[in-house]
Amino acid sequence: MFDTFRLAELPSSDEDLRPRIRELIARSIDAIPLDQRARSWQGFDRQFSRTLGKEGFLGLTLPRRYGGHDRGPFARFVVVEELLSAGAPVAAHWFADRQSAPLLLSYGTEAQKEFYVPRICRGEALFCIGMSEPGSGSDLASVRTRAEPNGSGWLLNGQKIWTTNAAHSDYMIALVRTSGTTAERQKGLSQLIVDLKAPGVTVRPIVDLTGDSHFCEVFFDNVQLAEDALVGSEGQGWDQVTAELAFERSGPERIYSSIILLDAWVRHLQAVGRIDKATEVGALTAELATLRAMSIACTARLVAGESPVVEASIVKDRGTGFEQHLPSVIGDDLGSHPDEPIAAELYRTLLYVTHIAPSFSLRGGTREVLRGIIARGMGLR
Amino acid sequence: MQMNELTEPFGRLLASLCTSAAVREVEGGGSFGAMWEELATSGFLDALVEESVGGAGLDLADVEPLFELIGFHAVPLPLSETIVARALLAKAGITAPDGPIVLVTSLDQPVPCAMVASYALVDTGEELILAEMAGLDPKSIGNHHGLSAIIAKVPVADVSLPRPSDGLRPLAATVRAALIAGAAARLTEMSTNYCNERVQFGKPIGRQQSVQHMLAVMAEDMIACRIAAEIGLSKGLDMPIAVAATAKATTSAAATRIAASAHAVHGAIGISEEYDLQLLTRRLHEWRLADGSEGYWAAQLGKQRLANSASSIDWVRDHIFS
Ligand SMILES: Cc1cc2nc3c(=O)[nH]c(=O)nc-3n(C[C@H](O)[C@H](O)[C@H](O)COP(=O)(O)OP(=O)(O)OC[C@H]3O[C@@H](n4cnc5c(N)ncnc54)[C@H](O)[C@@H]3O)c2cc1C
Repeated sequence: MFDTFRLAELPSSDEDLRPRIRELIARSIDAIPLDQRARSWQGFDRQFSRTLGKEGFLGLTLPRRYGGHDRGPFARFVVVEELLSAGAPVAAHWFADRQSAPLLLSYGTEAQKEFYVPRICRGEALFCIGMSEPGSGSDLASVRTRAEPNGSGWLLNGQKIWTTNAAHSDYMIALVRTSGTTAERQKGLSQLIVDLKAPGVTVRPIVDLTGDSHFCEVFFDNVQLAEDALVGSEGQGWDQVTAELAFERSGPERIYSSIILLDAWVRHLQAVGRIDKATEVGALTAELATLRAMSIACTARLVAGESPVVEASIVKDRGTGFEQHLPSVIGDDLGSHPDEPIAAELYRTLLYVTHIAPSFSLRGGTREVLRGIIARGMGLR
Repeated sequence: MQMNELTEPFGRLLASLCTSAAVREVEGGGSFGAMWEELATSGFLDALVEESVGGAGLDLADVEPLFELIGFHAVPLPLSETIVARALLAKAGITAPDGPIVLVTSLDQPVPCAMVASYALVDTGEELILAEMAGLDPKSIGNHHGLSAIIAKVPVADVSLPRPSDGLRPLAATVRAALIAGAAARLTEMSTNYCNERVQFGKPIGRQQSVQHMLAVMAEDMIACRIAAEIGLSKGLDMPIAVAATAKATTSAAATRIAASAHAVHGAIGISEEYDLQLLTRRLHEWRLADGSEGYWAAQLGKQRLANSASSIDWVRDHIFS
């Protein structure tokens, strides 16, 4: 079962990026406090993304003729791993670099590739992902936002919700109904690029339980889109989204969301000179190493040109479980030493991660949805 | 399991030799001589021995899939242990004796398959000693159809060889990790098939979402075991503790979950002796305990980790991946 899902190695030719990205990180971000770093890939900094683009760290998987670097998924893994390990603010370019540009490369027209991809590689064109709607979460095929073909292209009406970074992005790639009825489900869905500055688009940020606002509501009121807003073929949106989700779910951000907290706890244990939790630290370290190897093994399937939908679900489900387990173990440790001083910054970081952790297994597809995909891959559905 | 020119014939050999009837017979006290003879003549015993002295010259990473297959087929003999022992003996310039060899990393706790071994390679803490099993007075644990025994007599140096810097336990534990990974793969396969066949409430139980999710988690554990075992066996015979610890802590922790889920979905039939499930789940529990369980190895790993100020990702890259 899943016979090709085996240990793979990061090629040394891609490891050469590691010292370079570390140098950039050291130079650009050391003033960020711990609990900000713990925002991980939610931290938004347009300037930092442009710096990454300028210095050649975006578009690593993309062809040179569209401004990329022709390096492939392993190179991207190395760079992303370092960014996450440092808690660098990567949100601005994240979706575009991870999934929108690969989507455009696979399905876009030549004109679309030339228009968008070089700007994505420079960190200048920021994308958000418009899939979820108030009535369509896990049941994504039930989306109701509709684009009607008219003389000048598409007329878009409806609403998206939970769209991360919509308030700061230039474009949304939206999954919408372009033909047929809601009852026809997957049939009749398409992906459209929406310029978020177009008349009729309203974006309202939503504040989360930690006080941050990353996700948004986005309303479309008779938004006129040009003919060439369509990505790929009309009616093929579902298949395209499925392929896109393999990129969305397979990266190391699905195992490293709590890594800043883990490092801070280890430093705390070292500072107070405690080894009573060596077993817990060791168990977490073994799991971290295993997950890292699983994530690299999944990346190897991308390198082989496959769309590792099931493998990515396996890594993401296990990885988010690990990310959620960490604050619970660390909270118990700190709380069970009531007479030991704790830096307020560490405590704040612990609470931040504890409060946001439920989202790890919601965003990008819930735990239950992923387990359903794995079960289908096993031949049970 | 990935089939290639090595695993394919080996898998076929084990499938024909270690049928569940044959496994039961050895476990029931029957003779294992004929089974061993076939394994010995197959040439796989010296897989890790250098070509210049008549072996196949493979390294541990190459044979990892073979160890998985040994776990997959519930081989009732210390076959992986013998392959490793013969490699260590050959490296020390010692001609290996005929017959199965177990790796003994504790004189106080049970050694799997000791009842069907002719020799033991014992880590005394100072050196490795090759001793005849008969002289060690192995005491069977006495559980039903178990092949484990505690070594009652401390061996005297007859044939001795240098001890690896961290002893034999890391290597033995990592071999167990690969066996666990193989048994996990078999149990995941058996459970999936069973859930597609067994009908209750008018449909296969595998159509029930709660069952699907249990099996999905089992598949995650199975893959984690496979990849952790591969990490463990990727560094050669002189195995770093951190690497062995990752392999054994991950697989031992998963072993109990996998066994529990396999039994849960099989219902009562999985508890019966006649049904093959128990051949695998009993071994999982035995291997989990042998050569250090998850808690032992996590403590080893945690101690090393806490002694170093690197970030978690850097530490893992430097000590487990490089
Ligand atoms: C931080 C964050 C960022 C996000 N960013 C984006 C974004 O940028 N773009 C975007 O489009 N969306 C985004 N989302 C939305 C995300 O994709 C949805 O939250 C997710 O798909 C689940 O949908 P829902 O929240 O409506 O929950 P629901 O689908 O209503 O699910 C609620 C619960 O019911 C369970 N459930 C539902 N159906 C089944 C079933 N068939 N079987 C078993 N259990 C079931 C779910 O697993 C879950 O436990 C984001 C979410 C979060 C938390």
